[in-house]
Amino acid sequence: MATVTFDKASRIYPGTDKPAVDALDLAIEDGEFLVLVGPSGCGKSTSLRMLAGLEEVDGGAIRIGDRDVTHMPPKDRDIAMVFQNYALYPHMTVADNMGFALKIAGTPKDEIRRRVGDAAKLLDLSEYLDRKPKALSGGQRQRVAMGRAIVREPQVFLMDEPLSNLDAKLRVSTRTQIASLQRRLGITTVYVTHDQVEAMTMGDRVAVLNAGLLQQVDSPLGLYDKPSNVFVAGFIGSPAMNIATFDVKDGRATLGAADIAIPASISSKVAEEGSDTVTLGFRPEALIPASAEEPGGIPVLVDVVEELGSDAYVYGRPAGPAADEQADRLRSDQIIARVEPRNAPQKGEKINFTVRPGSEHFFSVKTGERLEP
Amino acid sequence: MELRILAAPREQQALLDLPWDMPLEQWPEWYLVALPRGISRHVVRFTRLGRNVYALKEIVKPFADREYQMLRDLARLDVPAVQAVGVVSGREAPDGEPLDSVLVTRHLQFSLPYRALFARMMRRDTVDRLIDALVVLIARLHLTGFYWGDCSLSNTLFRRDAGAFAAYLVDAETGELHNGLSDGQRAHDLDTARTNIAGEMMDLLAAGQLDESVDPIAVSDQVVERYEALWTELTEWEAFDVNERWRIARRVDRLNELGFDVDELDIVTDIGGRTIRVQPKVVDPGHHSRRLLRLTGIDAQENQARRLLNDLDTYAAVTEQQGEDEEIVANAWVLDSYEPVLRAIPRELRGKLEGPEIFHEVLEHRWYLSENLGRDVGLEEAARDYVDTVLPHKPDELAILGGTSAEPDTTQPFRITWNDLQ
Repeated sequence: MATVTFDKASRIYPGTDKPAVDALDLAIEDGEFLVLVGPSGCGKSTSLRMLAGLEEVDGGAIRIGDRDVTHMPPKDRDIAMVFQNYALYPHMTVADNMGFALKIAGTPKDEIRRRVGDAAKLLDLSEYLDRKPKALSGGQRQRVAMGRAIVREPQVFLMDEPLSNLDAKLRVSTRTQIASLQRRLGITTVYVTHDQVEAMTMGDRVAVLNAGLLQQVDSPLGLYDKPSNVFVAGFIGSPAMNIATFDVKDGRATLGAADIAIPASISSKVAEEGSDTVTLGFRPEALIPASAEEPGGIPVLVDVVEELGSDAYVYGRPAGPAADEQADRLRSDQIIARVEPRNAPQKGEKINFTVRPGSEHFFSVKTGERLEP
Repeated sequence: MELRILAAPREQQALLDLPWDMPLEQWPEWYLVALPRGISRHVVRFTRLGRNVYALKEIVKPFADREYQMLRDLARLDVPAVQAVGVVSGREAPDGEPLDSVLVTRHLQFSLPYRALFARMMRRDTVDRLIDALVVLIARLHLTGFYWGDCSLSNTLFRRDAGAFAAYLVDAETGELHNGLSDGQRAHDLDTARTNIAGEMMDLLAAGQLDESVDPIAVSDQVVERYEALWTELTEWEAFDVNERWRIARRVDRLNELGFDVDELDIVTDIGGRTIRVQPKVVDPGHHSRRLLRLTGIDAQENQARRLLNDLDTYAAVTEQQGEDEEIVANAWVLDSYEPVLRAIPRELRGKLEGPEIFHEVLEHRWYLSENLGRDVGLEEAARDYVDTVLPHKPDELAILGGTSAEPDTTQPFRITWNDLQ
């Protein structure tokens, strides 16, 4: 049982000026499932490997519990890298398959028996301990493999994209299994993925990284509801948030005919930084179809309708008189809206959307940081 | 989706004829040259096209592309590894169901999976040689900045090398290529190797295929010790008094003896000029095999090359050509010694062993024969006797593709993937 602390930890690869991980500050709680997520090259894997002892730490410190492990060899850190697969040995019993690594480490026999017994109980394998792996089902074999990591009773589990070689369907079922096993074990776990859906469904908390910098660390819902900057807003959420630059004038944000009332505090914050524009984001579910006559709406030409049964998503592009300007100021090529699945529009239709009041996200055009009303 | 075969043109043609719209597991037997076996966590099959045998591994596309690229990079860096031939992607079953990509590698001729080596009871010294070969491979990989991630006996193939072995990397799926490795990466790689090898040895012991005198844990500890010793010799600074300058030459000799050439040596003298410190900067494996190749055009493993070069030296002495130009003597040796021995091997026995290994065995045989007969037996006579009495009883090793048991799955450690978790 242990906490994990990154204390201004940096990694600068030889021959580069820009740190791959830049002064990472992150406190992971005991027993927590923390996910590191971000696009490729963001520093998530490097951070995990710094914790594992595979990457050198050029600045700052890393602690597991109270122990400073910054320059400790990997095997002394009391961590286990959980691989996506382990070899099972056909001539050895299930118990030996689970416990042999402890034998190498010189763990006394009684202790090995106890740990293997405990792990087997947890994994529902107690009655199979004397069998050979061949006699087990696929799922049971998988649990034996997991057992190998568990009997080491490490303070921290590390997982680096363990599901990346699976097809989409298996990934979904497997991530649930890993998450539930981690909760039963209660061992602090750091998990790396590039897939924000995986991150959101598995983590107690999710740390979003970009270009070597920690952007935000929060619960999945916290990230979704209050992204702390434009990057997180655009990265978290599937389908993605609609984000565009709006003009700010007289307490309203406008872009072409789109016209949204904004809180006075936002207007004054925009004015304070000497700007007359604001980055405005609204999630697909914040768009409501409105009648064509309603003022301030965003006319959208429907390109694609994605029917998911429980939901439907409209992918379209601005279609009003100011369509070109709106398209220019939009951060993606399309506007995405969630609509009633039983009432979805057809491809080629034109719909007027308004933004549900109070569901907008505001960001500074200068810094990209979130502006709180 | 369209079927896409990324490969060298020569091999593309042949690959086109395979039934890519079928999962590898269901391929009819006539396409396959060996029993299915579980060398890896994926479905792997062997097929023959023209004169070559190929290994096919079914795997998701990003992994296939990545491993293909990795193996190509390793080949460019001259690391002993299996050769990647291509990636077949965009596969689809007739009903439109997409199939995983297939990574195609060329089977390494005369290579031996460790299971095949252990199929007969393995003696202690054979185990030692196997471990030595693997340690050299790990050190070579680490020198080039390659982190293996899953080093094990089952991810390695062995070729005979004049009584020893040379190791080749087979599975680069977990590998990463860096500019250089950190101590942590090397330590972790070794730790994985140690655990995997101990597990593999314990399994052999449980199967009764390992001599009781071999202790799996001691063997796996040996991997770490030998690696550390080799790594120290390859990379450590050494300091000595300025009067002991001969120690520079001795360091280079020691590295040559280990099979490494020293291309760059860093020498630093302290300000007083009393102490010299030396560190090899660029070391290049294959000292003897490179020399043999240059002199004779014979491509051999390191120990084989050492053996052949020794025989070449003896030849030069016996024929009194020591002062002659090295290349001219080498050429004469090939014509007088090497080629006649290989020509004496009947065609049907040529799949038993590689040429240089046969030559090495004939040299050994000549020694035993001479001792028994109490007179010096010539190479020709030794070769004839070897062909008559020894070679026919050796197994064919040109293409050993799996364990030798009838039920390969039970002799291979099998890999468990998340796929099985449902």
